[in-house]
Amino acid sequence: MDVLIGQLATGLSLGSILLLAALGLSLTFGQMGVINMAHGEFIMAGCYTAYLVQQVVSSAGTSLLISLVLGFLVGGAMGALLEITLIQRMYDRPLDTLLVTFGVGLILQQIARDLFGAPAVNVVAPAWLSGGVELFGAVVPKTRIFILILAAVCVAALATALKTSPMGRRIRAVVQNRDLAETSGISSRKTDITTFFIGSGLAGVAGVALTLIGSTSPTTGQSYLIDAFLVVVVGGLGQIKGTVIAALALGFLNSFIEYNTTASLAKVILFVIIVIFLQVRPQGLFTVRTRSLV
Amino acid sequence: MQRPPRSLMSRSALVAGSLIATTSLLLAGCGSKASDTEGAAAESCVDTSGSTVKVGSLNSLSGTMAISEVTVRDAIKLAVDEINAAGGVLDKQIQIVGEDGASEPTVFAEKAEKLISSDCVAAVFGGWTSSSRKAMLPVFESNNSLLYYPVQYEGLESSKNIFYTGATTNQQIVPALDYLKEKGVKSLYLVGSDYVFPQTANRIIKAYAGANGIEIKGEDYTPLGSTDFSTIVNKVRTADADAVFNTLNGDSNVAFFREYKNVGLTPQAMPVVSVSIAEEEVGGIGVQNITDQLTAWNYYQTIDTPVNKKFVEAYKKAYGANKPTSDPMEAAYVSVYLWKNTVEKAKSFDVKAVQDNAGGVTFDAPEGLVTIDGENHHITKTARIGEIHPDGLIYTVWESPGPIKPDPYLKSYPWAAGLSG
Repeated sequence: MDVLIGQLATGLSLGSILLLAALGLSLTFGQMGVINMAHGEFIMAGCYTAYLVQQVVSSAGTSLLISLVLGFLVGGAMGALLEITLIQRMYDRPLDTLLVTFGVGLILQQIARDLFGAPAVNVVAPAWLSGGVELFGAVVPKTRIFILILAAVCVAALATALKTSPMGRRIRAVVQNRDLAETSGISSRKTDITTFFIGSGLAGVAGVALTLIGSTSPTTGQSYLIDAFLVVVVGGLGQIKGTVIAALALGFLNSFIEYNTTASLAKVILFVIIVIFLQVRPQGLFTVRTRSLV
Repeated sequence: MQRPPRSLMSRSALVAGSLIATTSLLLAGCGSKASDTEGAAAESCVDTSGSTVKVGSLNSLSGTMAISEVTVRDAIKLAVDEINAAGGVLDKQIQIVGEDGASEPTVFAEKAEKLISSDCVAAVFGGWTSSSRKAMLPVFESNNSLLYYPVQYEGLESSKNIFYTGATTNQQIVPALDYLKEKGVKSLYLVGSDYVFPQTANRIIKAYAGANGIEIKGEDYTPLGSTDFSTIVNKVRTADADAVFNTLNGDSNVAFFREYKNVGLTPQAMPVVSVSIAEEEVGGIGVQNITDQLTAWNYYQTIDTPVNKKFVEAYKKAYGANKPTSDPMEAAYVSVYLWKNTVEKAKSFDVKAVQDNAGGVTFDAPEGLVTIDGENHHITKTARIGEIHPDGLIYTVWESPGPIKPDPYLKSYPWAAGLSG
């Protein structure tokens, strides 16, 4: 019983981590269709933001909260810069975007290596997040509960913003029908930059949170990138609820398969399941239905 | 206007992207094969007529391995500078030709070839990953040249062209098991990264456990770079073994130890013995997450001997007071001195003369006296179990009674019969 509860908690936690890593991507890739291979490096930038803030602010709790805000701004600023300088020039050339952002990712990794050194740096988790909570015989680390709550808050905030704010409506309009949105007076350039800022900012937030459980090193982002793409593809492009459900489903599947097999085998089985799923449903769980011709 | 919908284009582009990523991973994973064996009897071009002799220092100065290997390069340079200041080798000053292996086995093989054939070095020092060593081995054998390899590894190898100055399994893993057995450990849980070293190490551990009545409660591997250990730590927790044997490599250790501490597992209740965590890695994991856990190596910065104090002082003076010294660095430093001592015994830089005279050559190293084994080209080493303290340094809690004779194929251990096959 405690094993089952433990694995349920693990699955939920893994799902929330995947969700946090993929949420930003569901905007930039899911909504805008930009394959941003540097997304992982924005996560890494968030990690190092947390590290730097901690060098200045000694209280781990305060520095975590400051980092979450700052991580969003740093990730967002990097994303917006990338959009303005490179991506906007190649919206109709996805393959070129892929290669260019892959290159940008490598450059960012090397910059991090030159600035901070290749070994992982230590970000101290606040005292109130150390240890775990006993749950029917299973122990769930408090850091994971924090990440779960943070993921939920981010999803809620993003969904509300997209649904109710004028900016959100503009984003959705441009995603659904760019030409019509432009003829209605929406600046699609400004909207693209804003969307990219938010998506990359969420990657920065994910990075800050992930320092609580994982390592902070130049290659940190790489380990989350492929998983994030998987979540968005399985969830279906253009829908946040798809991303949420896909992340949780993959989290549960992974934790239960891994418990009964091994970590390496679990990855293989998971990939096989995803390939079969995409054969049956290439568009993912949910899709946006539009009357747009493209 | 026929145009594929945007999302479809994106998806095929994504597939292309993951192909690129996978291919580059595969390339990184493959060592180069022996390109040719024509040069088997190649004439050495080493020039010893002048007042200098050239040696190669081949380390990754870029890529993922750079951080570890740069320290090895520094240690090699320190030894060379010391030897030069004391008059050189056979009255010749040593001149280092540095090359970057770029964390790629294929580059290591290429650069080794260059060092041997165009720079005409008398010996090469360096290499770190087993795949880099495996890639260089055919190059050194076909050119009949010398490589000094300074890192602990999985054993089951011996080449007349390579001198191994890091520990083989019977100088690190077997003593660690002896220590655990002595402490009354009756069951073990094995956690490792999914590649050759942990797999081989765990095969040895299982053979040892079988012969010594230790129960293996579980064995788990995670892909290199894996960052989620909640399931594995759950398994470890419910398995309730007496100790965990950890062969994880790199950043995975950070995630593993954080999770381990957060679910309430302690070094007192279930200690973790690690074989890939040295002084440098402790900082990244966060010393508060790993205090009191155990490591198995042959050298720690804290070893209290005059020779080691001198080495640590010289290293810090050359490279900065906050730079710790660690096992592979020390092994690299030792390798240069062992080469010097062998050359002086042979009175020649000739490869054959060095090979013939290597057996029995000793050096009073920071880790204690080491002796080259003429048979298998490894060196005797003292095994040490260390405990990580809050100051981030590792302190010896147990050491083998004396230097252990290297036995890369574990021939002298009856329980290991059949392992090397």
